[in-house]
Amino acid sequence: MSEYTLPIIFGVVIGTLTRIFMLRTDYRQYPTYLHGKIIHVALGFIAAGLGTLVVPSILEEDFTAVTFLTIAASQFREVRNMERNTLAELDSYELVPRGKTYIEGIAIAFESRNYLVILSSLVSTLGYLLFNIWVGLAAGVITFFVSKKLMSGGRLDDIVEIEFVEPRFDGAGLYVDNIYIMNIGLPARQEEVLRYGMGFILKPKNFNARSTIANLGQRQAILHDVSTALGVYRDSGTPALVPLAKRDLDDGRVGVFVLPQHKDVEKAIEIIGKVPTLENAIRMPTERNMKEEGNQ
Amino acid sequence: MSIDKYILAIITINPKKVPSGTAVFHCDSVEEMETITANLEAILDGIAHALTKETYVIVKH
Repeated sequence: MSEYTLPIIFGVVIGTLTRIFMLRTDYRQYPTYLHGKIIHVALGFIAAGLGTLVVPSILEEDFTAVTFLTIAASQFREVRNMERNTLAELDSYELVPRGKTYIEGIAIAFESRNYLVILSSLVSTLGYLLFNIWVGLAAGVITFFVSKKLMSGGRLDDIVEIEFVEPRFDGAGLYVDNIYIMNIGLPARQEEVLRYGMGFILKPKNFNARSTIANLGQRQAILHDVSTALGVYRDSGTPALVPLAKRDLDDGRVGVFVLPQHKDVEKAIEIIGKVPTLENAIRMPTERNMKEEGNQ
Repeated sequence: MSIDKYILAIITINPKKVPSGTAVFHCDSVEEMETITANLEAILDGIAHALTKETYVIVKH
């Protein structure tokens, strides 16, 4: 047993534990199946190994060995592709699809979590080797919380105010507040829509939020999350019963129309508020102005 | 560019007002029009939209 055996085992264990902690099955219902979890825990274990091995290589002045991290990078980019392909394939069979922006967000999260594992293994092994196991453990705990902070993004209730509005018909046009959603012709279908439908108005709190919720992927994510959590009154062959989100062009408000199976206003507002703001949907037009003004 | 919306059928009680070139179902009453529209909506997997009070269109989205 060399002097590095224990620190390496320690680093790998810390890294793998971090990955297991970050691998949570929540309302997104993914990954739900055991095999999906095994894939990610195994990849987390590999990432932890790579992160750990960097430290002994540097201490032994074997600098070229560090280049294997580039292999790690391409390996984990492959993880992102894998997740993207799987979810995109499955999306066509969802009653309310996730949308490409949401899928890309999930795929990015899977890739970046492996890098967080590399970081936590690297830091904890470094702590162990330079000082002692307790410093290594403390470093592991700190990176654990850093990872927790890094992996939680913003939520929709940070950027919008959510208000419940009963949907209504004006002729054949379905409206949520003053926002036109769609044209439904048959009176029987209209009754169904009014019985099961719920409308919400998302009022952006600032100009940046206005652009973010205008993103079609972000809107699809809202519809998907609400339909996942509260169920959806829909089936294949009933294209008229479709949850939709449309925008008021004048002030950027978004009218969300959903058909939940469980009609609970409080819960629906809570769920919409907890929808993640997708990284790929975030726009910050005002940042540009601020920077330009700062330079002048 | 592909066409992603298409009129599959028109159901009307006023045949003078609808175009040719699409399947048109002439009906005698509003009730008959609604029944036929409901059936066609289910069969064609399209959405029934009301164009006017006298005309429904089934559109594939």
